[in-house]
This record gives sequence, structure tokens and C-alpha cells, in this order.
Amino acid sequence: MSKRFDEIPMAGIIIEPGNAMEYKTGGWRAMRPVHTDETCLWIKNGTCGLCWIYCPDNAVRLIEENGKYRYEYDYDYCKGCGICANQCPTGSIKMESE
Amino acid sequence: MTVVERVPTDKVVVEGMTGDAAIAHALKQCDIDVLAAYPITPQTIIVEDFQKFVANGEVKTRVIPVESEHSAMSACVGASAVGARVATATASAGLALMWEILYCAASMRMPIVLAVANRALSAPINIHNDWSDSYGARDSGFIQIYCQSCQEAYDTVIMAFKIAEDHDVLLPVMVCIDGFILSHNVERVEMLPTEAVQQFLGVRKPAIALDPDNPVTMGPLALTDYYFEFKEQQDRAMARVPEVFERVESEFEKMTGRRYGRFETYRVEDADIIIFTHSTPGGTAKAVVDALRERGEKVGVVRLRMFRPFPAEALREVLRNAKAVAVFEKCRSFGAPSNPLALEVRTALYDLDERPLVTDFVIGLGGRDVPPSTIVEGVEKTKEYLKAGRAPLYETLGVRK
Ligand code: SF4
Ligand code: SF4
Repeated sequence: MSKRFDEIPMAGIIIEPGNAMEYKTGGWRAMRPVHTDETCLWIKNGTCGLCWIYCPDNAVRLIEENGKYRYEYDYDYCKGCGICANQCPTGSIKMESE
Repeated sequence: MTVVERVPTDKVVVEGMTGDAAIAHALKQCDIDVLAAYPITPQTIIVEDFQKFVANGEVKTRVIPVESEHSAMSACVGASAVGARVATATASAGLALMWEILYCAASMRMPIVLAVANRALSAPINIHNDWSDSYGARDSGFIQIYCQSCQEAYDTVIMAFKIAEDHDVLLPVMVCIDGFILSHNVERVEMLPTEAVQQFLGVRKPAIALDPDNPVTMGPLALTDYYFEFKEQQDRAMARVPEVFERVESEFEKMTGRRYGRFETYRVEDADIIIFTHSTPGGTAKAVVDALRERGEKVGVVRLRMFRPFPAEALREVLRNAKAVAVFEKCRSFGAPSNPLALEVRTALYDLDERPLVTDFVIGLGGRDVPPSTIVEGVEKTKEYLKAGRAPLYETLGVRK
């Protein structure tokens, strides 16, 4: 993954736009969000979604399948910032040490 | 490589010009796209003269009158990023205010030409010449060239664009002249025909430019994982400067018959003591050497032009056979064991088994006159130190103490 000085563009210029997907910010994570279905409004009736709106890395996945709601995190990108836990109105997310 | 031809003498225009005016005329002929600057003595005439060219419709340049030098260099970086040929000018406090962006310009590899009319830094506030301003910026990643005459300033600005814009280099260049002593002093300047300058330089071909059709991001974040690699690239670009400089100067010589080198040597072949300095004291030193040679003293001068990258290896070969090298520099690096110019010379010589004695004289701070007698005094002191076999690491000359 790590390239030599002569294998990378000059002066750190990013020559391919929209390449943030390649940067897996999950490596930064010291605390991990843990979600409880019981109290979550998304699971209950497909509403709220504040955690999904606020997550700076699009790491919250709100999934709807056959009329049922599921909830998961994309740990490749979740950097453990805790914003989702902070925003959740029902206290359904707890941050735990990795 | 461009094909250049010798410019016939009848096409050369000779005029009496100040150093600032010579630089302004060179910038005009280099057909720059953008000039962003903030006025500061003793650089002001450069931008004033250039504004007249713009007002008279003699150039197509877009001048951005910014609110500070920090903004001036920022605007230059932006313009250079889209592929423009860009210049600015400053001095002293103005250069200090540009500081942050000097590093950005160099590390983002923007081939900007920055004319500096060297001036002392406050306090006390002082508008006259010394080298504290650009010496302070010596680690910024700019190429630095110091000129002795108005002609040299004119010629160097033209060559500076070609060196900076070469894809093996892509680094900004400071072209430095002594404030007032050169910036406001009228000398004979031979100006090339504009077509010759433009043919010599061509249109800038950016290696990569900001372009809405091919979006890129310049100057992004690089942390522990990649920052060091970008510094490696920058360091290697700096190391390629001498080769490109040589190529550019050879072409320039074909066109004009003039060549300056990374440093000038004057009567050094058999010299026991070599005076080492740059900019206008170089001229004074040569006059002193002529006088001392008449008295049978074996002295010579090396007048440095390129301070960054410092031509350590080439200088070592020139200086190695002297008994002493007497450095004269207009800067005190407070708290340092010696001063910027002497530090470089000592480093260049250190690996020799037998090396000349190096003396370091701090002269001319705040524009204090450097008459021939100051240089003579330094040479006399150097002779004494040679006899004693040791010299102080530095001393001040020309101050009442
Ligand atoms: S901890 Fe931060 S990054 Fe991870 S899911 Fe929550 S808001 Fe997104
Ligand atoms: S913010 Fe809380 S309640 Fe709302 S969807 Fe997210 S986890 Fe469920």
C-alpha cells in the first residue's frame, strides 16, 4: 500500500477526483459504536435516522428488507468519533473501547 | 530545447535604469500572466513601473492589488496552479508576512518568480539594505539568486522563469538585489528585444494545472504516511537545479554573450586569501582586490550568486587551495555560532583533510555603508588570524564598539 516517493504524484496532488472511498478511516477507530435494537426508532418504525444523517463517514447503514428494518455499521469507514451516539435521541448507541 | 540565436547589437536597447526598473522591464518582456503584490520600500518601483505598463496597455498581465503580502503570495500560488506565469516582489517585513505561503509555493511546486529588494527587518524600523530577510527564508524551498548589478538583475529574472518552469525543477525562485544600493541606483542596462525574450522563454507548459474539465486537488493533507515522500521529491528537485541552471545559462549566453555562473571568481588562481561575499559588496571586494594586488598581495574574490541550492562541491574546488577564506555577510544569525553564509562555507570545506581558515565578518546591518576600508580591515584581520593559526567564529565590522 505505501508507495515510494517516485511512485506518487508530485506534491501530493490528487489526480483522481472522488477517491475518498480508498481511504479507509476505520483504521483510526479507538472506540466502537454499539447499537441496541430495542429502543431504536429506525428499527421500531423506520423513522429518526439522526445517526445516519450526522455520521461524517457514511458508516451507518439503515437497511429496509421485506418490510423489516435492520441496522449496521460499516467498520471499514467508521472512525469511532461518537457523533452518532451523541446525537441519538433514545440512547440506543453506546461507545465501547475496541 | 528552444533554438536561440545571438541577438544583433543594433536590436539591443541601452538605457540607464535602476535595479527595480530593470526587473520591471524584464517582467514585462517575460509576458507574465499575473502579478500580485503589495507595495513595500525598496521594492515599490518594480510594481509601480509594472502598473504603468498595464495602464498603458503594454502588457496583458492581470495585476492583483492585494491587501497584504500573505495574500500576494497566496494569489500567486492560485494563479500558478492554473498554469499562469506569475511574479511578485517584496522586501523585509513583506517577505516576513509571506512566510507561511513561501513554503506552500515551494512545496506545491509553483514556479513563481519573487523579486526581493533586500532590506533589514524591524526593529528598529529600517528601510535600508541587509540580507536578514531572504536569509531567513533560506529553508523555505525557494531557489535564491543574488545579483550584483542592474544588468544582472534583468538577465537573472529572465533566466529565473526558465529555470523555475523546467519540469525537472518546478520550484519558485527569489531574485535578490540589495535594497537602495542596487534597487534605486541607475546603471547601464542592455535590454533584449521582447521577441527574443519570448522566444527564449516560450509559453509556460504546466506539468499539471487546475482545470474544471480534469479536476485535481492541489495541496491536500499528507500526514505521517506520505509527507516525508513529498519532501524527498522536493529535495531531489532542488538537487536538479544546477544542471538545469547550466543548460539555461548556456542558451542565454548564446543569445546575449553573457554568463554569470552559480558564482563568479575574480583573481583567485594563486590567491592566499579569498574574499567570499555576494550582491553589491562583491563589486567593492573586486575593487579592493585590484588595489591589494598592486601592492603584491595575493587576494581574490568569490562572489556567490546562487545561495540555494548552495554550490558546495564546486566551491570546495575553488576555495581549497587558499590559506584563508574571509566571509563578509550582511546578516547576524542571533545565537548561532556563526552566520548563514559562513556556515555554508564551513560545511563545504569541512571534509577536506587540509582546509583554509574561515573568518566571518558581519557587515552593513541596516544599510550601514560597506566602504572598501571595511573589506580591507577584514582582510588585515584575516592575515593576523592566519599568523596566529586561529580565528574567532565570527565578528562584527563597521559598528561603533
Ligand atoms: S462513530 Fe462516528 S464514524 Fe462511526 S458510525 Fe458513529 S458517527 Fe459514524
Ligand atoms: S439516532 Fe438512535 S434512534 Fe435514531 S435511528 Fe439512530 S440509533 Fe436509532
